[in-house]
Amino acid sequence: MYYFDPHIHMVSRTTDDYEMLAKMGCVGMSEPAFWAGFDRGSVDSFRDYFRQLTDFERRRAAQYGLKHYTWLCINAKEAENVNLSRDVIAMIPEFLDQPTVLGIGEIGLNKNTRNEAIIFLEHVDLAVRYEQSILIHTPHLEDKFQGTMMILDMLCDDSRLDRNRVLVDHVEEHTVRHVLEEGFWAGVTLYPVSKCTPQRAADMIEMYGPERLLVNSAGDWGPSKPTAVPDFIIEMRRRGYPESLIRRVVYENPIEFFSQSRNFQAPDTVEETIRT
Amino acid sequence: MERRLASKLGDEVRTMLPTPMAAQAVLDREYLEVRAKVLELAATFDRLERGGGVPIVDGRLKLVRQGLKVLLDETSDRAEQVQLIFSRPYDDDWQKGFGMAPPAAEKSEEE
Repeated sequence: MYYFDPHIHMVSRTTDDYEMLAKMGCVGMSEPAFWAGFDRGSVDSFRDYFRQLTDFERRRAAQYGLKHYTWLCINAKEAENVNLSRDVIAMIPEFLDQPTVLGIGEIGLNKNTRNEAIIFLEHVDLAVRYEQSILIHTPHLEDKFQGTMMILDMLCDDSRLDRNRVLVDHVEEHTVRHVLEEGFWAGVTLYPVSKCTPQRAADMIEMYGPERLLVNSAGDWGPSKPTAVPDFIIEMRRRGYPESLIRRVVYENPIEFFSQSRNFQAPDTVEETIRT
Repeated sequence: MERRLASKLGDEVRTMLPTPMAAQAVLDREYLEVRAKVLELAATFDRLERGGGVPIVDGRLKLVRQGLKVLLDETSDRAEQVQLIFSRPYDDDWQKGFGMAPPAAEKSEEE
C-alpha cells in the first residue's frame, strides 16, 4: 500500500532508510524543522539548516523516487532564546518560495514556558501573514496535556486562522479529542516510550474515525522506527479493517492536508493512475 | 475562558467509526502480551523492594499506583485516565499568569 509519512526527520537518517522506505511503499514525506540535539548558536546556522532541508534532502530523497517536503521554524526547545528566535523568524521568508516548503513547523511548546508561548504566537502570525499552513509539535510525557491545551487556547484566540490548515501533532489519548473538537487536524506519532504505539493509534481510529487524523513515524536521531507507518498498516489489517479505511489514513488524508500548501504536488502513483 | 470538556463530535462522525474487534478476539490475540506486561511490572516492583524501597517523597510511585488502580476500573477510557494521572495540571487562566491576555480580552478591556 502506498503511504505518505507526514512527519519524519530524514536529516538524521542514512540513505539506507530512504531505500527501505521506498521499498515499503512510502511515496513521499514531510519533514518539519526540529532540534538538532544541541542548541544552535546563530541565525546563520539555521539558514544552513534550511538549505539542507530545502535542497539537499530533496535531492537525496529523489534518488529513491521519493518526494521530500519540508517545514520551517525555530523549534520549541530553542524558542527559549527569544532574540535568536526573532532573528530566525525574520529570516524564514527567504525560503518560503522554495519549491518544497509546505509551511511553518514544527512550532509548539516544550516545557510550556512564557518565552516558548511568545515565540509560538510570533510563528503563527508569520504563517497567517504569508498564508502558510502550520504543523505543531505538542510536548512530551507529563507536559503534553497542559501544553496542548495552552496551544489550543492560543490557536482558538486567533480568528484569522483557517483551522483546516493546522496540524496538531503527537496527539495521544488525552489530547486527541480536544484537537479534533476544535476543528484542527491531528497527527498520531508512532514512536517508542514517549509517544504512541501502532495499536493505540488504531484504537484512536476506532474511537474517533479517520476524519482529519494522520499517523507518522517522526523518525529522528533518537530511538525511533522510520517504518512505523507500515507497522500501523499491518495492525489495521490484523483487526480486519478494509484497505479503503487504511488508505484513507496513511495516504489520502496526508495528501488532502498537504494539498492546501501551494508548493505541494500529489505523488503520481499507480493507484492514482488507475483511479483516473 | 471556554472549557473544552464536553464532546463536540457529532453523530455523523460516530457513524463513520470502524467496528472494533470482538472482546474475545482481542483477548485471544493479546493475552500473552498482557501477561508479559503484568509480569514486567511485578518484576519492577520486586526490584524496587530489593533495592530498599523508594523514599516516600518520590511521588512517581504514587502516580504509578494510581495508574494501576485505573486498570481495574469499570470504564471505557482507562488509557485517557492514565495519561491524565501522569500529566501536569492545566490551568485555563495561564495567559493571565504569563501576562499574555488573549486579543479578545485586551479588546474588551479597552472598551
